[in-house]
Amino acid sequence: MRASGIFDKTYQKDIAIVRSWQHWMLLLGTIAFLFTIPLFASYYFINLLSNIFVTVIVVLGLQIVTGYAGQISFGQPAFMAVGAFCSAVLTLKFGFSFWLALPLSGIAAGVVGIIGGAPSLRIKGFYLAMATIAIFYVTMWVITHLKITGLAQGLSPPPPKIGNFVFDTDERMYYIIMIATLILTFFARNLVRSRMGRIFVAIRDNDLAAEVMGINLYYYKLLAFFISCFYAGIAGSLLGHWYMLVNAEQFTLLHALTYIGMIIIGGLGSIPGAYFGVIFLKLLDELMLFSSPFLVDMFPWLGMGSAASLSLMAFGLVLILFLIYEPRGLARRWEIFKTSYRLYPFRYGEQ
Amino acid sequence: MKKNEMKSRSIRPIMEIQHLHLRFGGLEALKDANLDILEGEILAIIGPNGAGKTSLLNCISGFYLPYRGSIIFRDKDLTRLPSHRIAKMGVGRTFQNIELYTGLTALENLMAARHIHMKRGAVACGIFFGPARREEIEHREAVEDVIDLLDMQSIRKRVVGSLPYGLRKRVDLARALCMDPHLLLLDEPMAGMNVEEKEDMARFILDIYELRRTTIVLVEHDMDLVMDIADRVVVLEFGLKIAEGSPDEIRNDPQVIRAYLGGKG
Ligand SMILES: Nc1ncnc2c1ncn2[C@@H]1O[C@H](COP(=O)(O)OP(=O)(O)OP(=O)(O)O)[C@@H](O)[C@H]1O
Ligand SMILES: [Mg+2]
Repeated sequence: MRASGIFDKTYQKDIAIVRSWQHWMLLLGTIAFLFTIPLFASYYFINLLSNIFVTVIVVLGLQIVTGYAGQISFGQPAFMAVGAFCSAVLTLKFGFSFWLALPLSGIAAGVVGIIGGAPSLRIKGFYLAMATIAIFYVTMWVITHLKITGLAQGLSPPPPKIGNFVFDTDERMYYIIMIATLILTFFARNLVRSRMGRIFVAIRDNDLAAEVMGINLYYYKLLAFFISCFYAGIAGSLLGHWYMLVNAEQFTLLHALTYIGMIIIGGLGSIPGAYFGVIFLKLLDELMLFSSPFLVDMFPWLGMGSAASLSLMAFGLVLILFLIYEPRGLARRWEIFKTSYRLYPFRYGEQ
Repeated sequence: MKKNEMKSRSIRPIMEIQHLHLRFGGLEALKDANLDILEGEILAIIGPNGAGKTSLLNCISGFYLPYRGSIIFRDKDLTRLPSHRIAKMGVGRTFQNIELYTGLTALENLMAARHIHMKRGAVACGIFFGPARREEIEHREAVEDVIDLLDMQSIRKRVVGSLPYGLRKRVDLARALCMDPHLLLLDEPMAGMNVEEKEDMARFILDIYELRRTTIVLVEHDMDLVMDIADRVVVLEFGLKIAEGSPDEIRNDPQVIRAYLGGKG
């Protein structure tokens, strides 16, 4: 954000994201704040934040492949599962350190994602959505039918450690998850403002023109799937080592739906939008969790409506409202706010 | 116009199109098209609706696959290459129905076209600071040259989906130009414009030609403009080439008068 009357003098300035010292202060302040949270916050809040961050990682990946490159994917939880199980197997059965298993599980999920993304070379839209659902089920079936992944019971990966320092508490894992999220956010934000981001949007907006303009559709669609699934794999691995448990029930098609809902509510094709969507829906979930006993008290006809089904209904309702009233999501509201701040006190002027 | 200056140029063909046949089911869109495009010329392709002009450009840019014939570009056969390879070899084009990336700004559309000259991979782009940013700025300069050339400073940061038709046509042209092509294919760049916009567009095309010496193929309906700008004219009708020559020769060709001009009275 910047105040009115400030213009750029060089191209380097023009393409910068962090533009002024106020902006730097805001950014560094936020990061410093994130580091101090475990000093005063409750376990409930720390876990909520860790949960949000892990989800942000998955949704950032989905934002790249669906929001930017326009290839809809319902496979994200399956690729998370690939990452989670890969990391668990590497640490448990092959004695890898978590720090090596983490990037490897991202890469493994990415490679599986390339195979899973292959249908996008032929089909689009609705058909691609169906194909990725099929891929979700196939991947989950394979994972739950391999001996090495502990079949239905799943696995219990160990907590990460550095030397003798073991990350076995929620606070300690919070740091790993938070730092990973910051790094991956930095990476995603840069990716989408550079050549790659423009290529992805070109494919989304007009794939025929993109090809005639020299963009190899096959390569870049698969690259988008790889990156997206890499993110999912990292998130899966973090989740597994945080819960010290991985099994197939953590990765369902319902999760895939929620992730898609998050990028719609947050705003398709926006990195801050991934944050907005995740935070919005996670808070809605918490709200429903707290309020469902009262709601059931007040409206007995809701019956045995458990918290879970109430929050699902709330999710559906919110999604419909967004699709009708702000299909471009919270990110667009944020842009409007920023623009009016930049122009203040003038009402016109932005060309 | 600067006709005399334009006449003195090499006659080496930059592209040779030989015996090109293209079929859609029972319809023959191109029948034995033979055509040399000379290095450094402005070649106009004219013909009535459905004559096969767009189809010819689509064959060149690898979008349609001819069932017979070949297209040689700078001594390489590109008949069966995928579109993106052809673009990288230096063939840029615009589209009759403007095919822009509607969600990007004008500037981003042009930067996207520089892609074929950019090398940094996904990891460098994600890290950004260092090589990727240097590359970004370097290509930004090339793009700004085009923006100045086509007088687009004021729409740089506008999302192209929201631009009026005439300006979108201009972004389309600018995007093709940003590829730094050896051969520039323009599919009816002035279609649907008013007289003033057409004159602007004609001036831009001549400016591009003078400053960059790009070989240009211009598909156009407006005969008068074509006659002013082009060095040579090719006339298509029902997928057949019925005439080829200087604007004056074409104007007086009885077959052309019958097929094309005749209709206009
Ligand atoms: N994709 C396609 N499928 C089927 N027929 C096509 C296709 N593209 C073009 N044609 C047909 O090929 C013939 C030539 O079309 P083309 O678009 O090349 O004409 P044109 O000379 O560009 O005409 P216009 O001046 O209207 O742009 C037309 O009869 C058209 O209907
Ligand atoms: Mg046409």
